[in-house]
Amino acid sequence: MAVRTQFENSNEIGVFSKLTNAYCLVATGGRNMAAFEKELSDHIPVVNTSIAGCRIIGRLTVGNRKGLLLPNTATDQEMLHIRNSLPDSVVVQRVEERLSALGNCVVANDYVALIHPDLDRETEEIIADTLGVEVFRQTVAGQVLVGSYCSLSNQGGLVHPLTPVQEQDELSSLLQVPLVAGTVNRGSGVIGAGLVVNDWAAFVGLDTTATEISVIENIFKLSGAQPQTIVTEMRNSLIDTL
Amino acid sequence: MMNAQEYFANQEPAALMVLCCICGTAIPANPSNMCVNCIRSQVDITEGIPKQLTVQWCRGCNRYLQPPAHWVPAELESRELLTLCIKRIKGLNKVKLVDAGFVWTEPHSRRIKVKLTVQNEVFNGTILQQIFIVEFVVQTQMCDKCTRREAKDTWSAVAQVRQKVDHKRTFFYLEQLILKHNAHSQAVGVKSRPDGLDFFFANKSHCLKFIEFLQNVVALRTKSSEQLISQDDNNNTYNYKFTFSVEIVPLCRDDVLCLPMKTGAALGNIGPVVVVYKVSNLIHVIDPFTLNVQELSSHRYYNDPFRALASAKQLIRYTILDVIPVGPTRGKFILADVQLARDSDFGMNDTIFTTRTHLGNIFQPGDNALGYDLSTANFNEADLAALKGRGLPDVLLLRKVYPERKRKERKRHWRLRKLTVEEDDGPVRRMDVEREAHDYETFLEEIEEDKDMRSKINLYREPDAEQIMQRNKEEKAAQSMLDEGADDGDDDDEGDVGLEELLDDVDINQDEYDEDD
Repeated sequence: MAVRTQFENSNEIGVFSKLTNAYCLVATGGRNMAAFEKELSDHIPVVNTSIAGCRIIGRLTVGNRKGLLLPNTATDQEMLHIRNSLPDSVVVQRVEERLSALGNCVVANDYVALIHPDLDRETEEIIADTLGVEVFRQTVAGQVLVGSYCSLSNQGGLVHPLTPVQEQDELSSLLQVPLVAGTVNRGSGVIGAGLVVNDWAAFVGLDTTATEISVIENIFKLSGAQPQTIVTEMRNSLIDTL
Repeated sequence: MMNAQEYFANQEPAALMVLCCICGTAIPANPSNMCVNCIRSQVDITEGIPKQLTVQWCRGCNRYLQPPAHWVPAELESRELLTLCIKRIKGLNKVKLVDAGFVWTEPHSRRIKVKLTVQNEVFNGTILQQIFIVEFVVQTQMCDKCTRREAKDTWSAVAQVRQKVDHKRTFFYLEQLILKHNAHSQAVGVKSRPDGLDFFFANKSHCLKFIEFLQNVVALRTKSSEQLISQDDNNNTYNYKFTFSVEIVPLCRDDVLCLPMKTGAALGNIGPVVVVYKVSNLIHVIDPFTLNVQELSSHRYYNDPFRALASAKQLIRYTILDVIPVGPTRGKFILADVQLARDSDFGMNDTIFTTRTHLGNIFQPGDNALGYDLSTANFNEADLAALKGRGLPDVLLLRKVYPERKRKERKRHWRLRKLTVEEDDGPVRRMDVEREAHDYETFLEEIEEDKDMRSKINLYREPDAEQIMQRNKEEKAAQSMLDEGADDGDDDDEGDVGLEELLDDVDINQDEYDEDD
């Protein structure tokens, strides 16, 4: 199910956190961990960290179940901390790349990844190796920052609202998951910054309207399995629309 | 892929549909990603704009007030009224005005409804267009001009212009100057008084400006006084009526003066007997025996005021018998000795006068002239004090004249404008009226003869100016034949007013609402 939360009064969850099926990274500060821990700590490790002293870790890193890539600005201390906190199955690798905001340039699930058309060949190979995915150079809605305008999980994907239908179909066939164009945080088109998702959970900003949440839950197949939870969740959404 | 193509073919190409983030209806993607209704319910771009305003209207003259003080005449549902209403709406500079128009309201309802279409940017990049109505309540308010007209008490400063002389030539000339420079534009009224005119103004500063204009054209002396009308002790403001007494120097052209000793000494020792040959804001005098030319300012005059020995009414006709230039010249003045005889003496006796004159260039033997006969005149001893016992000359020549023409049938091909002057209440004597008419006729003749004076005032052409000129020329030719060449050389000198000097007289309706308050 999709949970509404905020990171220190900001609705851009995707900037300050990174969620995959095996782990979750959250930026330091305040009581930000609370929402994430409540949902996730039973199943996956939730790690408090920073990259290069910055808190925008969601936009600097990219990862999936098999690995995590850090920019060259990440300090050794941080890298060590992350490697210690994550399970051994996850490969942590630092990437020397001119475009160091990996979270903006790359979007990946456990099988396939889309990258910025200008990324180095070397980086592409590292991604393919570390994350164990098939890599495609693509743009989304004419934007090269695929990580900002698209959010991907193993079940589905959400893209920028101005993505033409043709491109949606093309991407869908590439990624082998259903795609939909939608918005998050009350009409914002920057999906990657507003939303983090894995196969069973999603976190969105507090401003997200019920319609948007229903779209997200639909495409990422997040609605809980038990009918009771469906009823309670739907009732919450209905009350929101009023 | 084939299926997809068919799918595309069936659908409309512009299918960038997303769900409105608030209500969930499918809309094409826009920068705010909300459907129009949701945007409308969220934002009101007319927020800062007042929906009900007042506008002031004057019943008397059907004008609307544009603050702070300008009144605009406009009809209902006219373009000017629309501009006025839109200007009054505050907050229209934050939005873009696309369209404006009136919604019909009953004329007597005192309401004006204006329908406006505005556009503005909401959220990030979406432009929203909205139509709304602003209602104006019409309040009646009397404009300043109507108030003043109703109160009949309109002036707060008056310039009382006087000249203690028995003719009105100066005032006719002054009237033409004022008309030419439009110095009376701010005067609320003009009244005619014995010996002068009163000019009424609404503002002390307008009055002062008028008096300054007068100071530049004639020699005068002013004295001011004020009368307290009302006062407000809480604000320490006082309401006055100002009166300026403007006295014009009583010396005119063609006057003979005997300057007092001190004045004569200050003016380069000019001889006490002088003739005034030009009047502007200084009195220009010339000594006919020495060709000494000086200027007398009003300040110096009023230090030691005196009256003229003789003025234009005392001129009599002479006939020139002989002219002998003496030698000294000064500009257009040539000193000459002349022998002349009075026209009244012709045929009676052989009295011949010899005198010196400054107009040697004008006279030829056989001409007629106007001059003062000082031999038969009586003067006060006090007036002649400066002479210190010396005698007066017998004759002083002033002007040349042409034989009397029958002017009555001869119409002029030009005319002058007149000031609208309120007549003085009081018994009007026929003698005064006749005298004034005679003075006016003399003034017109003077204008015809003096090019210099003409250049300072405006002359307007009669509608059929050319025909009149033609007729006059024929008459002149006919008469000159009768007079057997007595006027041979003089036709050019008379300086008939040429057509090129005349302005077209446009009959503008002098509206009361010419200028702003």
